[in-house]
Amino acid sequence: MEHYSMNLTLKVWKQKNATAEGNFETYQVKDISSEMSFLEMFDVLNEQLIHEGKDPIAFDHDCREGICGMCSMYINGRPHGPWHGTTTCQLHMRAFKDGDTIVVEPWRANAFPVVKDLVVDRSAFDRVIQSGGYISVNTGVSVDGNTIPIERENADKAFAAAACIGCGACVAACKNSSAMLFVSAKVSHLALLPQGDVERKNRVLNMVAQADKEGFGSCTFTEACEAVCPKEISITNISRLNSEYLKAGLSADKAH
Amino acid sequence: MKWSDFFTSSVGKKLIMSLSGLFLIAFLVVHVGLNACIWAMDDGVMFNKAAHFMGANVVPRVLEIGLFAGFLLHIIQGLALEFQNRSNRKKGYAVKMGSKGSAWYRKSMGLLGTLILLFLIMHISHFWVPSRITGLEPTYIDGKEYHDLFGRMAAVFTDNIGIVILYVLGCISLAWHLVHGFQSAFRTLGLTNHKYIRLINGLGIGFSIIVPLAFALMPISFYMGWV
Amino acid sequence: MLDSKIPAGKLEDKWTDYKGHCKLVNPANKRKLEIIVVGTGLAGASAAASLGELGYRVKAFCFQDSPRRAHSIAAQGGINAAKNYQNDGDSVFRLFYDTIKGGDYRSREANVHRLAEVSVNIIDQCVAQGVPFAREYGGLLNNRSFGGTQVKRTFYAAGQTGQQLLIGAYQALERQVALGSVQMFSRHEMLDVVMIDGKARGIIARDLISGKVERHFGHAVLLCTGGYGNVFYLSTNAMGSNVTAAWKAHKRGAYFGNPCFTQIHPTCIPVTGDHQSKLTLMSESLRNDGRIWVPKKQNDPRKANDIPEDERDYYLERRYPAFGNLVPRDVASRAAKERCDAGYGVGTTKQAVYLDFRYNLINKYGRAEASKHGIENPDQETLVRLGKEVVKEEYGNLFDMYEKITGENPYEVPMRIYPAVHYTMGGLWVDYELMTNIPGLYALGEANFSDHGANRLGASALMQGLADGYFVIPYTIGNYLADEIATKPIPITHEAFEKAEAGVTERINKLMNIKGSQSVESFHKRLGKIMWEKCGMARNAKGLTEAIGEIQQLKKEFWSDVRIPGGIEEMNTELDKAGRVADFMELGELMCKDALERNESCGGHFREESQTEEGEALRNDDQYMYVAAWESKGDSNWQLHKEELKYDMIKPTQRNYK
Repeated sequence: MEHYSMNLTLKVWKQKNATAEGNFETYQVKDISSEMSFLEMFDVLNEQLIHEGKDPIAFDHDCREGICGMCSMYINGRPHGPWHGTTTCQLHMRAFKDGDTIVVEPWRANAFPVVKDLVVDRSAFDRVIQSGGYISVNTGVSVDGNTIPIERENADKAFAAAACIGCGACVAACKNSSAMLFVSAKVSHLALLPQGDVERKNRVLNMVAQADKEGFGSCTFTEACEAVCPKEISITNISRLNSEYLKAGLSADKAH
Repeated sequence: MKWSDFFTSSVGKKLIMSLSGLFLIAFLVVHVGLNACIWAMDDGVMFNKAAHFMGANVVPRVLEIGLFAGFLLHIIQGLALEFQNRSNRKKGYAVKMGSKGSAWYRKSMGLLGTLILLFLIMHISHFWVPSRITGLEPTYIDGKEYHDLFGRMAAVFTDNIGIVILYVLGCISLAWHLVHGFQSAFRTLGLTNHKYIRLINGLGIGFSIIVPLAFALMPISFYMGWV
Repeated sequence: MLDSKIPAGKLEDKWTDYKGHCKLVNPANKRKLEIIVVGTGLAGASAAASLGELGYRVKAFCFQDSPRRAHSIAAQGGINAAKNYQNDGDSVFRLFYDTIKGGDYRSREANVHRLAEVSVNIIDQCVAQGVPFAREYGGLLNNRSFGGTQVKRTFYAAGQTGQQLLIGAYQALERQVALGSVQMFSRHEMLDVVMIDGKARGIIARDLISGKVERHFGHAVLLCTGGYGNVFYLSTNAMGSNVTAAWKAHKRGAYFGNPCFTQIHPTCIPVTGDHQSKLTLMSESLRNDGRIWVPKKQNDPRKANDIPEDERDYYLERRYPAFGNLVPRDVASRAAKERCDAGYGVGTTKQAVYLDFRYNLINKYGRAEASKHGIENPDQETLVRLGKEVVKEEYGNLFDMYEKITGENPYEVPMRIYPAVHYTMGGLWVDYELMTNIPGLYALGEANFSDHGANRLGASALMQGLADGYFVIPYTIGNYLADEIATKPIPITHEAFEKAEAGVTERINKLMNIKGSQSVESFHKRLGKIMWEKCGMARNAKGLTEAIGEIQQLKKEFWSDVRIPGGIEEMNTELDKAGRVADFMELGELMCKDALERNESCGGHFREESQTEEGEALRNDDQYMYVAAWESKGDSNWQLHKEELKYDMIKPTQRNYK
């Protein structure tokens, strides 16, 4: 792989805090190696800003290997940037050319208010999980793990759904700011396993109700979420959620 | 869970769109089948008879009420959903996603639907209103009096290129609306098996091409003098 | 000598006896007791959830925006458990033995045995929570093997086991949040432990959004804050992983155990340049199917695929025929360093070796698949195609990750890998009950000096984190809190809280007022360089002595010339980082001191002065059969306490993986 270095123009959203008005700031960075990750390029920029006595850009990041789900930049009109199945932290600078202008914005959705610069508040996701995204077992169960065999296909599908990292790119990409890919990934993960069967009705009803309450929109199957999901969570999960919802809603016989 | 909760949740609202959409799709089948009678090459006899049946018999008349209800439900809920969904992102992006990852028509159901609505208003005023309310010229078949809807079609379309174009555009909007709507309706109802999803996708695309094409050919047929 | 409060009796009965006799807190009293849990990784989330389920009132803290993001999530390969589902001779004893031996006889027998015992419960618990472990076609749980063992006992979920386990614990935690038994404080960082009458009674934490400093009371405080590998700047840890919570506890009197025991993981993506901010691990599970080699010729300029089979040196298979590519991590890392130092390294920097899947892709998986599909005499192309599919299923996400970072396709060319800092076996000293020497202050998971001795075996960190949180602390904390039921919640206006908060505020002000010229990052990089070069994979007295001086110098420079932009009462990531780096510097010094004091090689701690003729780590059991527990005595000043390690069941020998 050939390496090269580049000079770039960055237009980055700056916003002092949740209540402040924000605006785009333009920055120049020089001699960026194609081997750098996108966030390492931001490190370089921030070092530069600190030396110039300016405020560095706040952005969320932690594991930098694409699994914690913390990083969340909307790069040139796409959550997590141009690569498919990739988080911002896994995006590398070889995706760009010398002289490029890169526009970086925070996730935009009423349910994800901006905290500072590129940092948004995604606690809505935690509350959606609190509303039912779990199996109610206390620590100390004594049933052996191999007591219930699980069909390999279902186990694989459950895993594929459980791979969701809760980054919120699906919401950021969706024209409706819908969180259905996120919600459906959790509903599917648990509905596909025998252990999750007991609570499946309440789970889907409550999680959808909570997502609605948080201000996420409804799914109109535009498929933008699936296209930007760094873990390539399938949109079929949303169909599964709908099916679960339909079954639960039609059969549940208890006022909520 | 109460029905009101069920149908007002984000999933429930989509269910309404899905069910009413499928109902309207069923209507399209009836409509296109009936209208195809214009190609019977009998100067509209069969067509006028069929139209008469639909207008005179009690069953289609009752169904017609349902049809209007279906339209209203689909339109009102659709517009409400569109505005609600848009309001979930008060502050938008400077660089739009455009069609990255999502085809334009999938994101434009509200727009396409509105175009179809405008078309629909014109269409109703051309045919349904005269037929049911203001009255049409009578025509006589075997001595019996019928509304001359065929004649009305000829009057509207022949020598009227502007209207024909508007109708064709309406059909194109309908086609794109259906390409997304047909399969989306089934996914909203919970279709997860990829085997069936592929089948529905194929059926949907076929339906979205054939039905609007047939509709579009009707004004063209009159304009070109094929019937 | 330190008392580790190991229960009397036979090793295999100790835990059962303990559970049968420890003090209990009745349900009504549990509701009156408050527990603070700092950190929400596997240990923290599982502890907070379990304690909440029991009825305690729990406050959980994490610095990330959600508890689900703790770095346990990045663990790839798997979790060990002595289930013996594979019928290959595994047992609690064997897991216990492997762990003790893997740790080079520097861990506590009783703790490790308990760990092996509860390992089986962990799997059951996780399955019940809905963790989607890999399964066989028959629907039963699948296993793979990991380094330092000869059985297949590792449960996994593709290359995302840590993620799946953490999500399981996170969901259990969120359930308790919903039920009101756990109160969650995300984007909060603990900055001090509050001590009242010699007991831990709360913490001072900073809200990282508003910048405000807060006081929180607890009858007990649990630190589940992970390891301190980031002292090396470059490591496989997350950017935010830090030692601050543990270090503040240490400054308040908690002993720090075996700080120099660091695990250098053999299979990481090599460093490419100065810009690099972190290193990425390639799971040890890859060594199940990947073969490690270097060219037989020094400085061989050829591309990997152009080097014929007989000109490749599969040095691990050559040196350790019994364990081959699956020797423990410390052994594999040193062997890689040895080859690279001798001039056989590959890649542009020559600081890398190959991890090659081609052989098993074709011969193991390709052939098996061909046979399954009834293809007789398959050609090479078919074998590669079929093998790829299986390898993709097993390690797909890791291969993708590698390709994203390096731009090379590991299905086609061998991966280039090199050792990198990954885990710290050292940590806060704890007794059998996971309590530090401060009453009421506990340390769980990687944050404690732990069960892994001088080297941790693969797939054991997840096991330990969950064992501590799910199955150990719910019992042992009761034994302490049973005597605290009469203690009323202490108001946070108490003098001790005020003083502690004042201390924290003063330090923040001091940092902000330096207004120097160098960035926090630049100091961290320099610290990392000192640590890696002088307290890294190979250590010697001269280097360590130098390192101590250099760190002290660096520390002085930091406190007089660091520049932190922004303000205090706002979100200020540079300020957060500055506090952490300041603590890392103090810790770095202690690590070097500990490494210098331990003039033997054991596990990951390799003193060049102490090695066998073949270059293996040479222990000195006569002098160093102890846990070094350091007590802070002020600036750059520590006192060493020792906990003697007694082996009743196992006789320590020179480790042998040949």
